[in-house]
Amino acid sequence: MKAPALALAIFVAVPFAHGQTNNAPSAADGIAQYRALLADGNPADLWEAKGEALWKQKRGAKNVAFSDSCDLGKGTGVVKGAFVELPRYFADTKRVQDLESRLLSCMEAQGYDAAEIAATPFGRGEQVNLEALVAYVSAESKGMKFNLPQTRPEERLMFEVGKRIFYFRGGPYDFSCASCHGEAGKRIRLQDLPDLTKNPGDGVGFAAWPAYRVSSGELWGMQRRLNDCYRQQRFPFPGYGSDATIALATYMGVQGKGAVSIAPSIKR
Amino acid sequence: MQPMQNRREMMARSAGVALLLAGAGVLPARAQSVWPKAAFDGKSIDEVYKGLGIAKPVESKDIAFTAPDIAENGAVVPIGVTTTLPGVKRIAFLVEKNPTTLAGLFDFTDAVEPSVKTRIKMQQTSNVFAVAITSDDKVYYAQKEVKVTLGGCGG
Amino acid sequence: MSDPMRIRAQAQGSGAVVRVLMSHEMETGQRKDAAGKTIPAWHITEMTAALNGKVVLSGEWGTAIAKNPFTEFVVKGAKAGDKITVNWVDNRGDKRSDEAVVA
Repeated sequence: MKAPALALAIFVAVPFAHGQTNNAPSAADGIAQYRALLADGNPADLWEAKGEALWKQKRGAKNVAFSDSCDLGKGTGVVKGAFVELPRYFADTKRVQDLESRLLSCMEAQGYDAAEIAATPFGRGEQVNLEALVAYVSAESKGMKFNLPQTRPEERLMFEVGKRIFYFRGGPYDFSCASCHGEAGKRIRLQDLPDLTKNPGDGVGFAAWPAYRVSSGELWGMQRRLNDCYRQQRFPFPGYGSDATIALATYMGVQGKGAVSIAPSIKR
Repeated sequence: MQPMQNRREMMARSAGVALLLAGAGVLPARAQSVWPKAAFDGKSIDEVYKGLGIAKPVESKDIAFTAPDIAENGAVVPIGVTTTLPGVKRIAFLVEKNPTTLAGLFDFTDAVEPSVKTRIKMQQTSNVFAVAITSDDKVYYAQKEVKVTLGGCGG
Repeated sequence: MSDPMRIRAQAQGSGAVVRVLMSHEMETGQRKDAAGKTIPAWHITEMTAALNGKVVLSGEWGTAIAKNPFTEFVVKGAKAGDKITVNWVDNRGDKRSDEAVVA
């Protein structure tokens, strides 16, 4: 009785090839309920409050406040709406920069050693203050749609570079970002994997970071999120605020154009 | 004097003294340490009841217990309780399969609704109990099974 | 010195809904560090909430209350302008007191 056995084998094989898509409705509903119950009272608020204070505080050897000196793309000291237009080109540094590398530039202007902070592990030293600043700045764009500028050749170049990096396979597993995030409807265990090659929806994917991760009780910015992606790919992290990470963020941000930002959000 | 009335009076009196001392800056808002160590060390539902000095509770439909069916991460599980039972002075949250069963207690005065939302840690899929104790020492409970997909206690 | 709590108190009906976010590790005492040593338990043991100086709610907490605890409750008869004060003490003796006005 070969035919029925073959049919059975195919019946079993197909669902697993797509990574466990059965049982999806009830588990997905359950997860949605869990997330809804956590929506109010996001511990990221604690970081936001700290970040707002840091933004207005005179700091560093130059004793100057971000609010008096830092341009995030919409003018010196302007925070509202800045997050959803990053990464973008900055004339003073002649670079396309994301929020975190831009904050580093501003900290340099305050008298800090940007390279030292970039080399500091996440969750230590000034990195802790960066978490708070990132939470605050992103919160000031909450509810707004991503609209990264692509008017400058530098911005368009970073987009193209980011796309290449997104699809670049490497490391011992030969993974690329696209391995997990290149297709809709994928999941790892109960974790939905957003398709980052397009706009996966409001508050999803690029539009959901920075976020408070309940699993570690930490606030993660996009740089830390990317660092962890590379860790999972068994690939070395390109470096905090590096062009590679900025290029990736540019690609994802442009592809996610129109998605509403919910940052800082709350995640598993 | 009835033991039950005596207890209430004692609580009211000690609270009054505590506030007096707190006002004088001598003590923080809670006068004596009321942290029930035996209850918090309890490794089973029964050990917690013993530690709290309460009888085994009776299930009550008048306790509305909200908890997710499934927690994406056991580190943070949002739960909530509200009750129409009269005279509830204390609500305890127990997680049957946690290393120590009692997660926390809330004590209610007449100035608050007998309802509270909090977030607990769960090590694994387990029954969670909301136990309500009334001012005349009657004990009731509601329970819910919460599935956990990833341990929240350290792993 | 611990980070401040975030307290939101919103008038609702004849009372006020109070939502408190505390900043605290709530270390269970179950985890081990990189060297294999157990990280000692460090958690809030008691908390109180007061309306205009009078304690209305209190809590005794163990290690299974989540990190950065969030608590929500309803204070009867609270109105806009009333003061809500929340206190906590942890097992190391650290304490924190913050207040908010009912909006």
